[in-house]
Amino acid sequence: MTAVKWAHKNLFSGVWNTILTLAAIYLIAVAVPAIFDWMIFSAVWTGDSRAACLVPDAGACWPFVTANLKQFIYGRYPDAELWRVNLTFALGLAGLVPILIPSMPAKRWNLIYLVVAYPLIAIVLLAGDRPGLVGVETSLWGGLLVTLVVAITGIVVSLPLGVLLALGRRSEMPVIRMLSIGFIEFWRAVPLITVLFMASVMLPLFLPEGVSFDNLLRCLIGVALFSSAYMAEVVRGGLQAIPRGQYEAARAVGMSYWQTMGQIILPQALRHVIPGIVNTFIGLFKDTTLVLIVGIFDLLGQVRAQLSDPTWIVPQGATTGYVFAALVFWLFCFGMSRYSVFMERRLDTGHGKN
Amino acid sequence: MSDKSKIMIGVENVNKWYDDFHVLKNINLTVREGERIVIAGPSGSGKSTLIRCINRLEAHQQGRIIVDGVELTDDLKRIDAVRREVGMVFQQFNLFPHMSVLDNCTLAPIWVRKMPKDEAEALAMKYLERVKIPEQATKFPGQLSGGQQQRVAIARARCMQPKIMQFDEPTSALDPEMIKEVLDVMVELALDGMTMVCVTHEMGFARQVANRVVFMDQGEIVEEAEPETFFSSPKNERTKAFLAQIL
Ligand SMILES: Nc1ncnc2c1ncn2[C@@H]1O[C@H](COP(=O)(O)OP(=O)(O)OP(=O)(O)O)[C@@H](O)[C@H]1O
Ligand SMILES: [Mg+2]
Repeated sequence: MTAVKWAHKNLFSGVWNTILTLAAIYLIAVAVPAIFDWMIFSAVWTGDSRAACLVPDAGACWPFVTANLKQFIYGRYPDAELWRVNLTFALGLAGLVPILIPSMPAKRWNLIYLVVAYPLIAIVLLAGDRPGLVGVETSLWGGLLVTLVVAITGIVVSLPLGVLLALGRRSEMPVIRMLSIGFIEFWRAVPLITVLFMASVMLPLFLPEGVSFDNLLRCLIGVALFSSAYMAEVVRGGLQAIPRGQYEAARAVGMSYWQTMGQIILPQALRHVIPGIVNTFIGLFKDTTLVLIVGIFDLLGQVRAQLSDPTWIVPQGATTGYVFAALVFWLFCFGMSRYSVFMERRLDTGHGKN
Repeated sequence: MSDKSKIMIGVENVNKWYDDFHVLKNINLTVREGERIVIAGPSGSGKSTLIRCINRLEAHQQGRIIVDGVELTDDLKRIDAVRREVGMVFQQFNLFPHMSVLDNCTLAPIWVRKMPKDEAEALAMKYLERVKIPEQATKFPGQLSGGQQQRVAIARARCMQPKIMQFDEPTSALDPEMIKEVLDVMVELALDGMTMVCVTHEMGFARQVANRVVFMDQGEIVEEAEPETFFSSPKNERTKAFLAQIL
């Protein structure tokens, strides 16, 4: 039997390997059933209040999640206006899905829609404050909506800005080089929490009286600049991997600096660092939870907030809420990770053997 | 070559330093339209540096370099104007690995000459046929042999329709069996009347096509002569020593 042979070769090829295999089997046997039992078999699935979950030996209290799902997704966004959030999500998906599928045409227009048009549409839809739309203050935004707003802003801003900073850091013009290095090293050396505190607490002290701007917006700028600095270093790594001959061949046919970068250098450099770029995106996505420290309720913050809802105070409430939040974060991050693996494979085959 | 034909490259008293290292010493060189110059010399003598100065991949510090009537200075417009007219073929091919052979050839005509895409592709196919690999047009450089890659590099340079072609040891990175296919293409280019400056140690090629052989050593032009004279009766001791080594 090949399965037996395979197991013999890979799992039991020696004393040490056999011990490790048995230990791993033991751990899986202990942990996995317990987790499944807690999440599924002993879990409470229906009910409208804490009473449903106060059963002896009950597992997860899922009704707590379903009852609060609206808050988890939208925060305190007014009920009557929820369609605007849904429309924003839908328009985002409509732009995102085709750009992720390589065979879909019109990538350039798609990108312009996603990076230029969509953000403007999203701002108008979400914040309102235009004729015909009721303004919704950002303090009412929350949950997954805020998580996505912060993460997507960070992603959309950090890639182009990071590329510019990386190019600036390798520029032959001393002023540009020094400004880029200064920017990158400043933002990399400050913890994100400090950035958020400064943006939300200290910045207003320096603004002239009467001038105020939105707390969420300030955090968005902080997160975007912070992640740009990281992105710049990832991209710089890719730039360094490109041989000098590539620059020379491009310059020798008379291509300008920007043509050389745009056509020859960046397409290769970015390809080299897809794992690093996605890694930065994933890190950024998870770091968005830190905004809860300045009173903005992202998904995690909203879960914590709902824990104190008296209708749902149950012993397993916190665990259930956190497991739910973890699952949502995991889904998004795992999705990004798989997509990057897919892209790498695809680009590899397009590249020839090299 | 008559002295009346147009001067394509004029190098006058050029000096260049890398920090303290004097890499080009008082270089004077004139290349007329249709002339074919071979530059030879030991490793480190400054051959690459000289031809890289001629399309400003490197900057010289003293003297003048005038290419097709345009003097090379820091002025980017002039540099780009010169680079459009000087095709360059490198030892390491330097093809763009993320693009197909055809895209390698059409890129510069489209972006630099602003040529419509279909016109650029027709031109690219014409020059790929001249280097005898039109059937490889859709492949990527990584899928080709060294000799094929270097022929693509020659076609790519020709797609800009330059007035001058420079070669920096185009066959040194090739396996012996591929050298001939590249040299054949270069000979054909010479027969077309292209003005050529070739750094190469292929002395058979020099005998066959060069109007003049320029011998460099330690940053200087030591000797300059027609191939016949250069090979049969070199004057300078350093030239003799070099020829004894490579022939
Ligand atoms: N960027 C640089 N910085 C400092 N020194 C350099 C640089 N480029 C070349 N050199 C030096 O200048 C000298 C001439 O180099 P060049 O590449 O022109 O020689 P070459 O004649 O082409 O030699 P080869 O036959 O090995 O290609 C060498 O001694 C080299 O070490
Ligand atoms: Mg050289």
